[in-house]
Amino acid sequence: MLLHVQNVTKTYPGTETSVLRGVSFDMGAGEMLALTGESGSGKSTLLHLMGGLDSADHGVVAVDGTDLTPLGDAGRAAFRRGRVGVIFQQFNLIPSLTVEGNIAFQARLALQHDPERAQRLAQRLGLTDHLHKYPEQLSGGQQQRVAIARTLAPHPRLVLADEPTGNLDEATADTVFALLCELVAETGAGLVLVTHSERLASRMGRRLHLRAGQLTDQPIGALT
Amino acid sequence: MNRVMLSALFSHWWRNPMQLFTLLAGLALGTALWSGVQAINAEARASYDTAAATLGSGRYAQITARQGSISKLDYVALRRAGWDVSPVIEGRLGPVRIVGIDPLTAPAGIGPVPLGEGFDLTAFFGTGQVFAQAETLARLPKTGVPGIVAPDVAPNTAITDIGVAQRLLGRAGQIDRLLVGPEPSLTRRPLGEVAPGLVQSPPQAGNDVARLTDSFHLNLTAFGLLSFAVGLFIVHGAIGLAFEQRRPVVRTLRALGAPLGRLIVLMATELLVLALVAGAFGVALGYGVAAALLPDVAATLRGLYGADVAGQLGFRAEWWLSGMGMALAGTAVAAAGALRSLARMPLLAGVQTRALGMAWRGVGLGRLSVGLLALAGALAVWGQGLVAGFAMLGALLIGGALALPGLLAVVLRWAGSRARGPVAQWFWADTQAQLPGRSLALMALLLAMAANVGVSTMVSSFRLTFTGFLDQRLASELYVNADDAPQARMIRTIAEAQGAVVLPILSVDHELAGMPAEIYGARDHATYRDNWRFLRSVPGAWDALARGEGVLVNEQLFRRAGLDLGAAVPVAQGVTLPVLGVYGDYGNPVGQVVVNAAVFARTFPDVVALRFGLRVDPADVAALRAALRLGATVADTAMVDQAAIKALSLAVFERTFTITTALNVLTLAVAGFAILMSLLTLAVMRLPQLAPVWALGLTRGWLAGLDLARAVVLAALTGALALPLGLALAWALLAVVNVEAFGWRLPMYVFPLDYLRLAVFALLAAGIAAAWPAWQLSRLQPVRLLGVFRHER
Repeated sequence: MLLHVQNVTKTYPGTETSVLRGVSFDMGAGEMLALTGESGSGKSTLLHLMGGLDSADHGVVAVDGTDLTPLGDAGRAAFRRGRVGVIFQQFNLIPSLTVEGNIAFQARLALQHDPERAQRLAQRLGLTDHLHKYPEQLSGGQQQRVAIARTLAPHPRLVLADEPTGNLDEATADTVFALLCELVAETGAGLVLVTHSERLASRMGRRLHLRAGQLTDQPIGALT
Repeated sequence: MNRVMLSALFSHWWRNPMQLFTLLAGLALGTALWSGVQAINAEARASYDTAAATLGSGRYAQITARQGSISKLDYVALRRAGWDVSPVIEGRLGPVRIVGIDPLTAPAGIGPVPLGEGFDLTAFFGTGQVFAQAETLARLPKTGVPGIVAPDVAPNTAITDIGVAQRLLGRAGQIDRLLVGPEPSLTRRPLGEVAPGLVQSPPQAGNDVARLTDSFHLNLTAFGLLSFAVGLFIVHGAIGLAFEQRRPVVRTLRALGAPLGRLIVLMATELLVLALVAGAFGVALGYGVAAALLPDVAATLRGLYGADVAGQLGFRAEWWLSGMGMALAGTAVAAAGALRSLARMPLLAGVQTRALGMAWRGVGLGRLSVGLLALAGALAVWGQGLVAGFAMLGALLIGGALALPGLLAVVLRWAGSRARGPVAQWFWADTQAQLPGRSLALMALLLAMAANVGVSTMVSSFRLTFTGFLDQRLASELYVNADDAPQARMIRTIAEAQGAVVLPILSVDHELAGMPAEIYGARDHATYRDNWRFLRSVPGAWDALARGEGVLVNEQLFRRAGLDLGAAVPVAQGVTLPVLGVYGDYGNPVGQVVVNAAVFARTFPDVVALRFGLRVDPADVAALRAALRLGATVADTAMVDQAAIKALSLAVFERTFTITTALNVLTLAVAGFAILMSLLTLAVMRLPQLAPVWALGLTRGWLAGLDLARAVVLAALTGALALPLGLALAWALLAVVNVEAFGWRLPMYVFPLDYLRLAVFALLAAGIAAAWPAWQLSRLQPVRLLGVFRHER
């Protein structure tokens, strides 16, 4: 089992309402899962817990056999470096590094840098001509491709994507999404996609829906 | 509409009180630094003015005796010959300087209070009265003479009737000098005819106390200029960052229809109010700093030049106004650029997270810096006068500061190209990306460090030179003053009997090239040959001097009279000799000529040596003193040994260091605070850059450590660039400004250990400044970093 989430709760300091309330599910290796829900339902929070970006108050979040809940700051940072890749809606590239530097950054941090693989990824994502440019010199679609290459370069076991095409037009979004799925499938990693898009969610193998911090079987829209 | 717009603008400050604090603190500190130094200068100058006004020193021509004091008979003879002269006697009674005057003959304006304004002439002449400031009266030993508080009398000085002063000082019938009235009588007879033993010196002669202390004030003024530059950069940085932070608010307001013109007027008004508040705080802070430093300043001036400066600070309008002016002018200059940038900001542009990036990027800054440095070079080569000297100083400093971002970018780019690991590469690239936001704080640090290097080099060079100068001038083990010619003969006899070499010190006042000068007669002896160092000389200068074939001149006379080696100097009527050599004569405001003792005796046969330098084994000094005391009844006060004079001079210099060290530490601390402010302000703006790196696997502690290292690395690089700038500044002060101001050039020495210590202090200041923001980053809740990805910031 690649991902094991059991009875997870999360409340942010200074707030009284729990963002997540007893969330539990499992996910196998190579599986592609869509996480949907309304704004504020806890999708991004759950994704952050799975990515080791934050810690749960209660419950278990285990990735590839590693329970993240007891890990401290350094342990979660080490986990993020090599085991998981996160793609954000805002791309969140490092503005001071070139495209080439951005793609290689995480892999080099994880001591898994393979220049040939980085080159191949850049080629597949159509970035070969932009390797020496800075993020601010790229379009939104190009920046998201760089983020995908960066995420996949260190061979992560789990890829987490938070609205990866939310800032792109429909045509670009389709292209980027297809490339993401294709490349993740080639690596055999699992993919969790947080999205509001019914269209993208329907293209994933499995779907989970969050409402007010709890998983439901079906989205409301799908029942009606 | 105004109220709505203002509430939107102010809401930023309510939500970000720390940013409001950094803005106010930046303005206040810049003002404090400037006004503190100005306050010290203004207070000291005011004290001199008071002194000059009460004593007439410098304002009137004066008559003094060639030897000893003026007799009452000479005074009466001069009055009868039509001379409008007034007698003055001076001396010390305990710690207080007593000045005796004759109010009936004194020129108008001289004295404790004007005649007719509550001045009780009967009491003044009768039982006597002593006029002084309250603190001086408290220090005055018991005299039995009633004390009257007079705030306008110079500090540490008491004025009384000349008869009372003569009695208090134990110098009955003696007069030190005669003040000459401003309107000479046409019928008066020449001075040489009435009293041949007296000489007249013109107004503003070399004994003007203000002139003696000008070199000290020039140093402080230069420091004031530096502090102004540091303050200006801090104010500029504080305002630039404040505007940068509010760009999104302004953009939103404009998008909602707020008129640009009104928005700018409102923001300018808001800044004016903030500048007034911060300026007032800054002036008060500067007052505190100056008040804390002034006792040391007063002690230093008293020790260095014998000038009495009040040890307490008065609240003076001129520096209060200059401080507020600095706050407002600095704010206006800084705000002009920021408001222009806002006015040109595209309404739909993306969020600019690189603080001040637009304002400080591009080639314009580099060109301006090159232009200013070229101007400084041109002024150094071709400039004439003190104004050109200060203009060169300003161009050098501002040009150097503006060159900093470009030079740092080059170094950081090079370091980045050499880095191998991903974190190291990111570190250098991110440091370079942050330069625009940190530039102004780093420029302030650069100027502070350059000021430290420059002023320390100048003061240390001054001390080293002066110590060497003391070795040169005070080579004799013992100096003795005789009261009269018979005692002088006895001193010679006893000293020679004790095996001492006697070096008579012969001198007369003279006028050369339109300036006051002294002519000295020197015996040919190894003391002079071994210790005196020439700045320039002809070959065999000492031998030629011994043969009476020329003169030695001091640097002041050499420069002011435009002399050259071999140039003819008219020593006296019919005696003209060529210049053989030039020697350094630091701190002396008048020209000096040294001739051979035989030439002196032929030219000035009436002058008898009453001062002697005695060369003797240091171990025998005490015995010689005892012999002179017993055999020639020489008072202990008339014998000064060289070691005591040197110890006193060095003690005075230590006090000078107290002030410069305090000012240096203050400037460095303020620059450190500027770094802290910029880091605190940038901390929030930097989250979008830090969050992705954190998400990719760097811990908050790691990032905090890198931020700390970044601050130290930038401070170290800034320090490395500050060293040459500081040395250039020291050179400018010593070789250009000092020469223009005083006519003599100080040799420049370098002090590597001092610079190393300064570098450690600067790194500590930068490290301490960066520690808090770094600690905050290490404790930052992950939810704040995650907010970047949620796009909820």
